[in-house]
Amino acid sequence: MTSADLSVQIGQLSLRNPVMPASGTFSEDLAEFIPLNELGALVTKSITLDVREGNPGPRLAETAAGLLNAIGIPSKGVAQFIAETLPFYRNFTAPLVPSISGDTAAEFARLAVLLSSEPVVRGLEVNISCPNLEDDGKSFAMDPVQTYRVLRQVRQATRLPVWAKLSPNVQSIAEVALAAQEAGADAVVVANTLLGMAIDVETRRPKLGNVTGGLSGPAVKPIILRMVHQVAKVVRIPVIGVGGIRSAEDVLEYLMAGATAVQVGTYNFVHPQGMVEVIAGLQKYLQRHGYASVRELIGSVIT
Amino acid sequence: MRQALGVVRRNEWVNGRYKHLTVYAPGLAQVSQAGQFFHLLCGADVTSVLLRRPMSIYQMDPGRDELHFLYHVKGEGTRLLAEKQVGHTLDLVGPLGHGFTLAAPWRHVLVVARGVGMATLAPLIASARQRDVAVDVILSARTAADVLGEREFQAIGARVFTVTDATGSSQPEAVRMRVETLLGQGHTDAVYTCGSARLTRMLGEVANRWGLPGQVALEEHMACGIGMCQGCTRVFRREGSAVHLRVCREGPVFPLAEVMDA
Ligand SMILES: Cc1cc2nc3c(=O)[nH]c(=O)nc-3n(C[C@H](O)[C@H](O)[C@H](O)COP(=O)(O)OP(=O)(O)OC[C@H]3O[C@@H](n4cnc5c(N)ncnc54)[C@H](O)[C@@H]3O)c2cc1C
Ligand SMILES: Cc1cc2nc3c(=O)[nH]c(=O)nc-3n(C[C@H](O)[C@H](O)[C@H](O)COP(=O)(O)O)c2cc1C
Ligand code: FES
Repeated sequence: MTSADLSVQIGQLSLRNPVMPASGTFSEDLAEFIPLNELGALVTKSITLDVREGNPGPRLAETAAGLLNAIGIPSKGVAQFIAETLPFYRNFTAPLVPSISGDTAAEFARLAVLLSSEPVVRGLEVNISCPNLEDDGKSFAMDPVQTYRVLRQVRQATRLPVWAKLSPNVQSIAEVALAAQEAGADAVVVANTLLGMAIDVETRRPKLGNVTGGLSGPAVKPIILRMVHQVAKVVRIPVIGVGGIRSAEDVLEYLMAGATAVQVGTYNFVHPQGMVEVIAGLQKYLQRHGYASVRELIGSVIT
Repeated sequence: MRQALGVVRRNEWVNGRYKHLTVYAPGLAQVSQAGQFFHLLCGADVTSVLLRRPMSIYQMDPGRDELHFLYHVKGEGTRLLAEKQVGHTLDLVGPLGHGFTLAAPWRHVLVVARGVGMATLAPLIASARQRDVAVDVILSARTAADVLGEREFQAIGARVFTVTDATGSSQPEAVRMRVETLLGQGHTDAVYTCGSARLTRMLGEVANRWGLPGQVALEEHMACGIGMCQGCTRVFRREGSAVHLRVCREGPVFPLAEVMDA
């Protein structure tokens, strides 16, 4: 049987397949388990302009079919990232898409400028789920106006493809997605983690040092899938779905709901080889159903 | 390190709280070192318990292609592990992290283990004895019935002292006096510990005062176990400054002198 075409297009960027790691759930360390070139793209942990420590521990708490994390954005700063981390990725052909995070729109723009002069960088994921210091600590992604403002500045600072990573902790994610599109984003990534909490009843203390944290893993999939569906209906740019994926079936659901590509997060922690298995499963499904290309499935849900 | 499927050969209670798990896993014992760990998939699928559970290597038997784990049945993950029957498969990732070092010139070491921390230290004690290094072991547990490994370590020629909460002899101050007495005999080249934050602090102070090298195997909540999530990070003192290091990757064994928040 001839194999189906798994490649997809996100703006100007061609991916050999639609599966890539989610920011913060992947690092160079995974190269010891899988050939990184088999992935559609490589998205790094969010990087900031300056050095940051991240949150106090405990930073992790397991919940039913989910994981709460309050890692924060520990970061060695962009200068070190360029000097120490980027050289590693020159050994790979899978496109590198660093995730950037900042306290102000100007910080995002500065990061975009600095990373744009590095040939190994093929796109930027803009993590706007972090607190906005210019807006009382509310995240940029909670407000379409702030989302527009930061994406606009990044757009003007770089010619690289720009992906806006949205937060699910909002009234209307579709409105925020439209604002990102309006500002010139090449894709929207739906979505970051859902705000949550867990308490140790023996000690009556929160299980996370930061009290609250972001929920990821299988538990969030139906919610994020619904959001991908809502966003894909209103935007013209590609949607990248991320939340709870642990099988080829999950990827297929996201594609059918309207995603052009997907990211795998928490599942990488459970199965370091998981993404490669998911890609193989996708190929099998396409062959079994006689599809020539994975692109035929995008937005194909029958409603 | 890699992901592999092992087969359960034995999974038996050693007392009311701990089980000894033997896994047939070709090729893994040969590449494992004392102090390293494996990340075990305990549930049948990720919706029962999502994350893997880190477990130290308790014994490695390259001749039989076996890895051994000694674990406290604590919560849902280890309860599922306890249900594994002979012949069941076990998905393991490892060996992970950096293990203990036993420098060639060292002829005499002191090991302080609290509770199931002895499982982590057991292969170190075994390899020290194989190299004919003298080993003093202080085993600390809640009650005499909870003390594990006393006979096992005596059988390979270690000198074993047990201390318990029940008798009050496990209080850090009491253990400190015992440690000082042993160090006072003047032979000890290095100290090791695992299983208790209080004992780690105490041993760190004592080792510092005696100018002895020390190592500790730390535990921290982990998601990935392979360095990707930064969930297991702690602060350490390294080259004069405070640095964040991943327990799974730069550890789990650290020099006692680097530990800041045991
Ligand atoms: C490097 C390393 C080696 C270890 N070696 C051993 C060993 O040889 N024998 C042994 O009995 N135990 C060992 N532990 C502790 C063991 O991993 C935990 O007891 C186990 O994860 C508990 O899981 P649970 O679901 O039964 O308990 P729960 O308390 O229900 O677990 C809930 C969550 O907390 C995490 N967790 C709970 N306690 C610990 C802990 N002490 N350390 C890290 N994570 C924890 C679990 O992994 C899980 O994600 C080790 C831990 C580490 C980090
Ligand atoms: C430990 C951890 C760290 C994360 N760090 C980041 C981050 O730095 N930047 C970001 O945009 N998203 C981060 N995320 C969110 C993931 O990229 C992803 O959106 C989320 O986990 C949902 O996908 P999943 O259910 O497949 O894990 C992190 C998630 C986890 C679990
Ligand atoms: S457990 Fe993920 S980095 Fe250590």
